[in-house]
Amino acid sequence: MATTTVSTQPSSDASLYSRALREALVAGLMAFACFALLIGLKTDQNIRNELVLVQRWGLLAVVIAITMVGRFCFVAYLQPFMARQKVVDAATGLLPDSAGKRFFTLPYFIASLVAIAVLFAASGSLDGLLGVHLAGYARFLRAVFIIYAIASVLFYFRVFILAHFSALGISALALYPVFVVLALALLSGSMAAGFQGSLKWVDNFGIQILIYVMLAWGLNIVVGLAGLLDLGYVAFYAVGAYAYALLGSQYGLSFWILLPAAGIMAAFWGVILGFPVLRLRGDYLAIVTLAFGEIIRMVLINWREVTNGSAGISGIPKVSFFGLMSFNVSDENYIAKVLDIAQSGAYYKIFLYYLILLLCLLTAFVTIRLRAMPVGRAWEALREDEIACRSLGINTTTTKLTAFATGAMFGGFAGAFFAARQGFVSPESFVFLESAIILAIVVLGGMGSLVGIAVAAVVMIGGTEILRELDFLKVVFGPDFTPELYRMLLFGLAMVVVMVWKPRGFVGSREPTAFLRERKAISASLTKEGHG
Amino acid sequence: MQYFVQQVINGLTLGSIYGLIAIGYTMVYGIIGMINFAHGDLFMVGAFIALIVFLILTAMFYSVPVVVALLIMMIVAMLLSGLYNWVIEKVAYRPLRGSFRLAPLITAIGMSIALSNFVQVTQGPRNKPIPPMISEVYTIYGVSVSLKQIVIVLVTAVLLVVFSYIVKYTSLGRAQRACEQDQKMAALLGINVDRTISITFIIGAALAGVAGTLFLMYYGVVVFSDGFIPGVKAFTAAVLGGIGSIPGAVIGGLMIGFIESMWSAYFSIDYKDVAAFSILAIVLIFLPSGILGRPEVEKV
Repeated sequence: MATTTVSTQPSSDASLYSRALREALVAGLMAFACFALLIGLKTDQNIRNELVLVQRWGLLAVVIAITMVGRFCFVAYLQPFMARQKVVDAATGLLPDSAGKRFFTLPYFIASLVAIAVLFAASGSLDGLLGVHLAGYARFLRAVFIIYAIASVLFYFRVFILAHFSALGISALALYPVFVVLALALLSGSMAAGFQGSLKWVDNFGIQILIYVMLAWGLNIVVGLAGLLDLGYVAFYAVGAYAYALLGSQYGLSFWILLPAAGIMAAFWGVILGFPVLRLRGDYLAIVTLAFGEIIRMVLINWREVTNGSAGISGIPKVSFFGLMSFNVSDENYIAKVLDIAQSGAYYKIFLYYLILLLCLLTAFVTIRLRAMPVGRAWEALREDEIACRSLGINTTTTKLTAFATGAMFGGFAGAFFAARQGFVSPESFVFLESAIILAIVVLGGMGSLVGIAVAAVVMIGGTEILRELDFLKVVFGPDFTPELYRMLLFGLAMVVVMVWKPRGFVGSREPTAFLRERKAISASLTKEGHG
Repeated sequence: MQYFVQQVINGLTLGSIYGLIAIGYTMVYGIIGMINFAHGDLFMVGAFIALIVFLILTAMFYSVPVVVALLIMMIVAMLLSGLYNWVIEKVAYRPLRGSFRLAPLITAIGMSIALSNFVQVTQGPRNKPIPPMISEVYTIYGVSVSLKQIVIVLVTAVLLVVFSYIVKYTSLGRAQRACEQDQKMAALLGINVDRTISITFIIGAALAGVAGTLFLMYYGVVVFSDGFIPGVKAFTAAVLGGIGSIPGAVIGGLMIGFIESMWSAYFSIDYKDVAAFSILAIVLIFLPSGILGRPEVEKV
């Protein structure tokens, strides 16, 4: 093995390909060994309820072939390409500049616009012209072209966008529902249809992503700023959700009273959890927080008299429009009756969208302000070096507790919002997987960077939500094919790939809050995290 | 009294399985200081491999002696889960070695999600029951001990002896301990650090594979999500015993097993996990580095 690595020169193509071929063969062998039993054979129950094996050698062959081709392409093309790219621009952004310039050129852009126009013009007759199969592909191509065109425009204005990222991002988020409603209304030709169609986009994408943004920003205070690894953050989310669910449905209290109450309750639990674990460091802290998250979930499942067990609580009241208008159709002051417009469930979703957007901005605002305050400075100092912190007279106990409590409070807000949005809560929503997803978003975003975390949430949550929309795959792979099944599999793999590709997260550097004379971005490799 | 002894035996069985999984956690943590979150799911993969081997055996041969079947299942599960962990280490952890500490933790969580969903996608989301492999039960002084439990405890004991021997007396074990103390120095002294770490991952996964086989034999059913709870409990056991210490992992595993069976027997079965986790928190408050763990020395 040693001799081959010495003789392999990156410039000689023949040895590169032979190496790629060899690696592909090894990968194929590995894939065969790994997958022969788990993919080649499937355990199924027969009529007598006994397990039998179903053979799927064809599928196994396909998977192995894909692995081999993938490995070959990776070693032969992608690795040299990345090595060259690294030389070309050492300062890497999200996408290396030089690669981007080759990928987004004016002729390609015009070609994609023409293709989009043609495909849209023919969209009605696609099924007849090409058949159902090919029409599915054509729609997929159309989506790819649209994404490419938008990406080119963004790329063209990249300097401007990067300079004003926060302002542009916030205005884009604020206009998103309006844009969706207008676009769908234009496509379908009626305002009511526009509202109806927007439900999915505002709810599944907008609200869903923003909830994760808020949770990740909340966890960021604990993990990213104070450097305390918390694997049980979902517990505070659960506390907030159940606080609103129970008090709202049992006592009929309004959301606007219970939102702060839920936050306070979650913060209280944060302190309760914080006390015993203050002496623990690093991984011990991680496991105790994980255990705490599981304890809360088990209590929610087993304390049936109060929480109704696994069945959960339903009939949680909706949020009112600040007490002025209601979103219940049967109420006197139903929004459509008051404003004299057509009935639609979309108003509530759009209202919720703006509500969670406001909550997110509140979280961001508080985080930014806290970072400039003594307590925020103390958090970051604690993350960098606990001993130095103590010797400078910082009270580490209160510092850690405030971090836990503040992070937990935002988790509680998000929980109350979640309960109001779903109208139903059950312990199913608060499993460890959720904590893991939130933590992954924080780390993938480049801990401590609010923008990076938001980008990570959009990519990871939005990306997996899009899988629900890929109906054309049903045409390609047959009607039993459900892309949703692969959602979490791809999510897990994406976590690995993104982490290996960008170990420091999407936004790897950060601006210091305290500085001498001028502000310089600190490379993230100079800061350390998670040393509890 | 009989009831109590009965619970001790149940706890011992459960604790053995947790202990076997916990060794994998603790070895990996000892050598590279990362929590291998995918370990619990490797245990589940091991159980599934054992299940498929069992089905192949029963389909191909009319009757296989139980001992032979169990041995083949165990060996295949060991080999394949070892291979899985080797690949995972190479793909997901090695590129991030030397990166900041949370990076491999995130890839480990990603791998854990990917593994359990991979099994769900390929094998289906249903429970997979098998007919009982061993059904003999002996009753001694009113305490019933099933042959299954004896097999589990025996296999665990044998593996423990073998692996303690490896870690204590072989050159591989010496290399492992050297890497644990100082990787750079070990490399300077001619130890292949990458290889040693790979072997550690393989050994840990092989033990998890055995634990998976034993789990399948004991409960007779496995499902794709089975990796999480035993994984977390085994990790709890490793931390309880003092993470990084192999005897500590076994002691922690047995403790968790005892707590669980005693709590379900004398209090309520619903809250057995709550009890296990609460005791973890309480022990860590008084012994912040576990029962057999070395306290961390802070150097300024």
